[in-house]
Amino acid sequence: MNVPYIVSLAYQYADNLAFLLLAALGLMIILGVIDVINLAHGELIMLGAYTTTLAYHRAHLPLPACVLLSFIGVGAFGMFLERTVIRRFYRDKLGALVATWGISLLLSQGMLLFLGPSLIAVPLPEWTLSYAGYSFGGYRLLLFGASILVVLLAWWIFYRTKFGVRTRATMQNPAMAQALGVDTRRIYLYTFAAGSALAGLTGGLYAPTTTIVPLMGTTFVDVAFITVVVGGGANPILGALTSSALLASISAPLSSVFGTFMGRIGLLLTALVIIRFLPRGLSGYFQDLQRRRMAGARS
Amino acid sequence: MTTDEKKIDVCVPTDAAGASGTGGSSAGLTRRDLIKAAAVTGAGVLAAPALLRAQAAGGAASIKFGLLEDRSGNFAIFGLNKWHGTQLAIKEINDGWTLDGGVQGPGGPGVHAKVAAKPPTTNIKATVDNGGAPARDDTVWTEPAEYLVKSGDKGVLGRQIELLAPDPQSDNTQFQTLSRRLILDDKVDVIMAGFASAEREAIRPIMDQNKMLYFYNNQYEGGVADKNTFCTGAVPEQQIVPVMQYMIKNFGPRIYTLAADYNFGQLSAAWTRAMAPLLNAEVIGEEFIPLSVSQFSSSIAKIQEAKPSWLMMYITGQNHSNFYPQANAAGLKFPMGSSINIAQGYEHRRFAPPALNRFHVTASYMEEIPTPRNKLFVKRWRAMFADEPYLAMEGHSAYVATHLYAKAVRLAGTTDKATVTKALESGLGVEAPAGWVFMDPATHHLSQYIRLARCDEKHNITFMTEWPHIEPWWTRRLGVNLARTAEYKQYIPDEDPFFKMFQKKKG
Repeated sequence: MNVPYIVSLAYQYADNLAFLLLAALGLMIILGVIDVINLAHGELIMLGAYTTTLAYHRAHLPLPACVLLSFIGVGAFGMFLERTVIRRFYRDKLGALVATWGISLLLSQGMLLFLGPSLIAVPLPEWTLSYAGYSFGGYRLLLFGASILVVLLAWWIFYRTKFGVRTRATMQNPAMAQALGVDTRRIYLYTFAAGSALAGLTGGLYAPTTTIVPLMGTTFVDVAFITVVVGGGANPILGALTSSALLASISAPLSSVFGTFMGRIGLLLTALVIIRFLPRGLSGYFQDLQRRRMAGARS
Repeated sequence: MTTDEKKIDVCVPTDAAGASGTGGSSAGLTRRDLIKAAAVTGAGVLAAPALLRAQAAGGAASIKFGLLEDRSGNFAIFGLNKWHGTQLAIKEINDGWTLDGGVQGPGGPGVHAKVAAKPPTTNIKATVDNGGAPARDDTVWTEPAEYLVKSGDKGVLGRQIELLAPDPQSDNTQFQTLSRRLILDDKVDVIMAGFASAEREAIRPIMDQNKMLYFYNNQYEGGVADKNTFCTGAVPEQQIVPVMQYMIKNFGPRIYTLAADYNFGQLSAAWTRAMAPLLNAEVIGEEFIPLSVSQFSSSIAKIQEAKPSWLMMYITGQNHSNFYPQANAAGLKFPMGSSINIAQGYEHRRFAPPALNRFHVTASYMEEIPTPRNKLFVKRWRAMFADEPYLAMEGHSAYVATHLYAKAVRLAGTTDKATVTKALESGLGVEAPAGWVFMDPATHHLSQYIRLARCDEKHNITFMTEWPHIEPWWTRRLGVNLARTAEYKQYIPDEDPFFKMFQKKKG
C-alpha cells in the first residue's frame, strides 16, 4: 500500500460517492416526504442533461448558467407534473408507481422522437491534476464538492427553516400537520419540485461527462434505487448521505481491485443484505435506534 | 432520378451480361442456369416447385421483408442508422435500381477493370528488348462513382418489397417475441435483425427452427457458421488482426483490453489474446465492463497503473461511450485501437474534441471515406434522411445486405428460402458504396474493403491504410464450408488449435 495508490483510491471513493449522492438525493426526498416512488426520476435527470446541453450549444450560455437553468427548469417541470398527475395518486402508492413509469416512457420516447438518438455533448472542462503517475479529472472533484454542497443546503432547509419544520411535520403525521394549519398540499408540491430540481441539477452537472441520449436516465436510476433502498426514506438526507458513503466504500475498492463488474456485484449484495436485516434502510435503523434510546431514557 | 440515369448510362458497360437482371432475357438465362446447377448438385426436386411458385407469384403479392433493429434503448443509436440503410435500399430496389455486380467468375475485385479496347499494336518484344517503357506501379482497376444500375425490374420479380419493422427496443426477449411474430404471423420472406451479438444469439435458434433466411448486418466477434444465416458485417480477421498489427508496429507490444462484458466483448478479447503472441505482443491487462456501467473512474485508475503501450477498446452501447470524455478529462493519453467505436457509434461526432484523439479503428465503412462513390452515396442517403447525424458502418452493412438479398431473389427467380440461399452461395460480388464486396459461399460472410481510420485531436478522420479485399478466412480454416455441409453453430477462438499452438510456443 503506497501513498499514491491510497490517493487514487480516495479520488475514486469521492467520485463514487458524488455519483450515488447526486443520483439518489432527489428521489429519496420525494420518497421520504410524499411516499411516492418516482420511477420518472431518471428521465428528469435526462431532461436536466438535455436542458444544459441545448442551452450550451444553442443559447451559448456558460456551463454554470446552463446547470442553473436545468435546476430551475426541471424544478418547474416537476411542479407541473405534481399539479397535473402526481397529486392524484397520493393515497395510491401502486398507482403512483405506474403513473410515474408512464411519465418516464413518455419522456424518453418523446425525446427520441423530437431530438433524435443523441445530442453532441458539452465539452468537458479539461482540468487535470497529476500526482505520482496518476491523473485526476478536476471536474469530477468539482462534482464531489457540488454533491457535498447540495447535501448541506438540503440539510439547512430541512432543519433550519420554517419550511423544513413543516415538511418534517408533514412527514411524521400529515393529518395532524394539516390540523395544525400546515398546508400539506403545498408542502407536497414544493417537495416534488425540489426533488425534480435536484434531478435536473444532477443531469446538468453530469451532462459534460456522459453521452446525451434519451435513455441516459437509466444509467443513473439503477444506482439511485440501490442507494434509496439502502438509505431508506425515514430521513432522506441522513439516509442519502450514509447510504452513499457506505456503498461508495464498498464499490470503490472492489472496482479498483477486481474491476467494475465486481464493484457492481458488491453494490447489489450490499443492498440485499441491508434489505434483509434493515428493511427500513440505514435511516430507518438510525431512527429506531434513537427512539429506543429515548424510550430507554424515559423508563 | 433523371440525373442518376444519365450517370448510369455513362458508366455501365453495355455487355453487362454477367450482372444479374440487366435485362429480361439475361435474367431468364441466369435463372435457368441456376436451376440447371441445382439439378446437377442433386437439388432438382427442390428447385422445380420453387420455379412453379415463382411463376404463380406473377408480380402480384409484395415480398415481405422483416427487419428488427433497435430504435430505442441502449443500442438505438446504431439501430436507427441500420433501419435507415435498409429503407434507402428498399426504396432504390422498388424504384428499379440494383447494386452493380453479380455472379463473379473467379471472384476478386475485377468487375470494373478497364480492359484495353483493342490489343496492343506495338511490338512488345521490341520495346522490352530496347529496355523501353519502364514498369509503373499503378492500380489496374478504377472505381467509378456510380454504384447503382437499373435492374430492369420494378421491385424484385415485379413484386414490391414491403418492410415490416417493429422496434425490438434493445431487448433480447423482444427480439425473440418479434422474430416469432414475423415468421409465424406475418410469414416474412427474410429477416434482417440485430445489433448486439447477444441479440443475434437470442434469435438465431428461432431462425434455424423455422428455416428462416436470416441476415445479421453487423461487425461482430466472428465464427458464426449457420446454413440459414448470412453475415454482412466485418469479422475479427478483417478488423482485429489488421488493427493490432498497425498498433503494435506504431505504438508497442503492451496491450490493455477494455471490453464489454458479454459475448462480443469476451470473444473479441479472446481474439486479441490469441493473436498477441503471433504478433510478438502481450496482453498485460484486461477488464470486462457490464453494459449498464457508465462511470469509469476505477477503470481509468487501473489503466494508469498498468501503463500499457496502447488500449484495445471493445466497449459498446450508449452507456460505455461515456468512457471517452471521462478518460480524456482524467488525462489518459494512451493511443486506442478498436474494431467498433467511432465507425459504429460516431463517438468522434458526439463528443467534443479531443476526447477521441489517437483513436484507431478498422472499418468496413465510415462516412468520411473520401471516394467520389461514397460522396454520391452520402448525398443520396441525406436526400432521404436529411437529419441523419452520421452514416455509420452498420448502416452501410444493412444497405448492402438489403441489395444483396434483392439480387439473390432475382437470380433465384423465387423467394423460396432454400433457393435464395443457393443463389446467395453462387458467388455474388457487388459494388458497395465502400468498395467491392463478395459473399463468400463457404462461410456466408462478406469479403470486405477495410480501411484503418485514425481520429486526431480535432476529431478529423484520416485513413492510414486500406485493404481492398480481406476475406473471411478464419472459419474456412476450421473446415467450414456451408455450401457443402450445413452447420448451425458459432466457433470461438478457443476451438482453433492453431492459436493454442502459438500460445504454447511462446509460453
